Amino acid sequence: MRVARYLALSMAAVLFLIPFYLVLRNGLATEQEITAPTWTFWPSEIRWENFAELFSNPAVPMVRSMVNSLVVAVLQTFGQLLLCGLAGYGLARIPYRYANVVLYLVIATLMIPAAVTFVPTFVVVSTLGWVSDLRGLVIPGLFSGFTTFLFRQYFLNFPRELEEAARIDGLGHWGTYWRVVVPNSKGFFAALGVIAFVTSWNQFLWPLVIAQDQDSWTVQVALSTFLTSQSIDVVQLFLAAAVSITPLVVVFVALQRFLVRGVTETGIKD
Amino acid sequence: MRHGRAFWLFVGPFAIGLLVFVYVPIAWSLLLSFFDARNTVTPTEFVGLRNYVDMLTDAPFLRSLGTFSVFAAFIVPLTFVLALALALLVNQISFMKAFFRSVFFLPTACSYVVASLVWKLSIFNGVRFGLANTVLGWFGAEPIAWTVSTSPPWYWLVLVTLRLWLQLGFYMILFIAGLQRIPQHLYEAAWIDGASRGWQTLRYITLPQLRTTSVAVLLLLLIAAYQAFDEFYNVLGTDRGYPPFARPPLIYLYYTALGSGGQDFGHGSAGAVILTLLIAGVTLLQGRVITR
Repeated sequence: MRVARYLALSMAAVLFLIPFYLVLRNGLATEQEITAPTWTFWPSEIRWENFAELFSNPAVPMVRSMVNSLVVAVLQTFGQLLLCGLAGYGLARIPYRYANVVLYLVIATLMIPAAVTFVPTFVVVSTLGWVSDLRGLVIPGLFSGFTTFLFRQYFLNFPRELEEAARIDGLGHWGTYWRVVVPNSKGFFAALGVIAFVTSWNQFLWPLVIAQDQDSWTVQVALSTFLTSQSIDVVQLFLAAAVSITPLVVVFVALQRFLVRGVTETGIKD
Repeated sequence: MRHGRAFWLFVGPFAIGLLVFVYVPIAWSLLLSFFDARNTVTPTEFVGLRNYVDMLTDAPFLRSLGTFSVFAAFIVPLTFVLALALALLVNQISFMKAFFRSVFFLPTACSYVVASLVWKLSIFNGVRFGLANTVLGWFGAEPIAWTVSTSPPWYWLVLVTLRLWLQLGFYMILFIAGLQRIPQHLYEAAWIDGASRGWQTLRYITLPQLRTTSVAVLLLLLIAAYQAFDEFYNVLGTDRGYPPFARPPLIYLYYTALGSGGQDFGHGSAGAVILTLLIAGVTLLQGRVITR
């Protein structure tokens, strides 16, 4: 029984790792080698020059698109934590006559998956003149009703004694939030932050719609363009894919604890 | 009154953004859906319900709902069963538990674009050196044109395995979290009562205890399948455009509203409204599950 379990898990693990193996094999070989009629399991000689060729290819905006992706992901992560954290705290802890109205407006947006409204959002963002613009890539993704809702649920269960102690020390809502609540919620912020970063880095539909000039492409849009048009050679395409995954592999290895917590906290997020 | 100021200090910036980037687009779209709006985002001519009638009688639009149904019929049950199986297996072992969990979760680091690249150009490449065709070749079978063949529609195998690989780990984590919430004494009581360790405890304890998680997972899978776009676009799309088959709703909407054949925001908005109404019921149910 135990052996069968490990056998099944090992076979599944091999299947799960095949795509990673293929990215490396195809990205570090020569094109002749990977298009040969007989399968080569590993390039006879690893071609590190492929990196130099990829980054110096003027047709592939590799550096530019990686920087764009990084800027968008970092801004969206911190922007969401800032805006949704504040709003979630206000909704959970500050008594106000119309707080419930605002809460219902937030909850109502949970019924509408963001991807379905890309046409309406594009209409508004293009009116603002934000097409192919960093603002258009970053700002519409900041106002996640779902993240705000999760923060509210979390702050509802935050120990009140800590806040009351801060109040006695003469801190208002603002001071209490920044000096007591946030420092004591680092794990939760990290969990939601890691999820926001991964989601932002991997998102495709919105950048495809809004980043129309090559200069504003994120790395996903760049990869997709070369994939669908097949205008660059296969080896470079796979190497570009490998490069595009690296930041997230780093996140996975370094922050897996928060990532797993984030998944279970947000399980509900698509 | 001081509370009012503090409240808006915290909630105001988010509320303004929500208004501008969620509520205004929806309202504008509702408006546009009753107008003619080609290559412009300002309403030109009032057409009443005509955009809606056009969409609901448009064969490609209805076919896109059919495409979603076929996709969901494969991907939802397969992901559910396999994610649960992986969770049960990983949860039952102690040696190398973290290793296996990480391996199954690792694909979440990949985007759909990267996965599409691997599936289209390497695993299911239609030429002889594609991985799947290489394996077929070992058994003396002829290569298959995986992504372009429509009879049989092999592209479903490509699209379903791709999404399975990418999302299984995520749902496995959700199931593991659910399994760890089941009180151990329930199992001990069952064993004392003579229940077998395998099927009987699964059937009478594990599955009933996982009910909330299961409902949430099913709804999430359904909503995610409804919004499928990335892998369809990248696996089946070429520089000559998108093939006439296998167009799920968002692909259809993308080409209607933003395609190269001219931007039609009137019909695009009507389509977005219809799709939103169709999914709102499911998400409403999901909202009730998660807020409980």
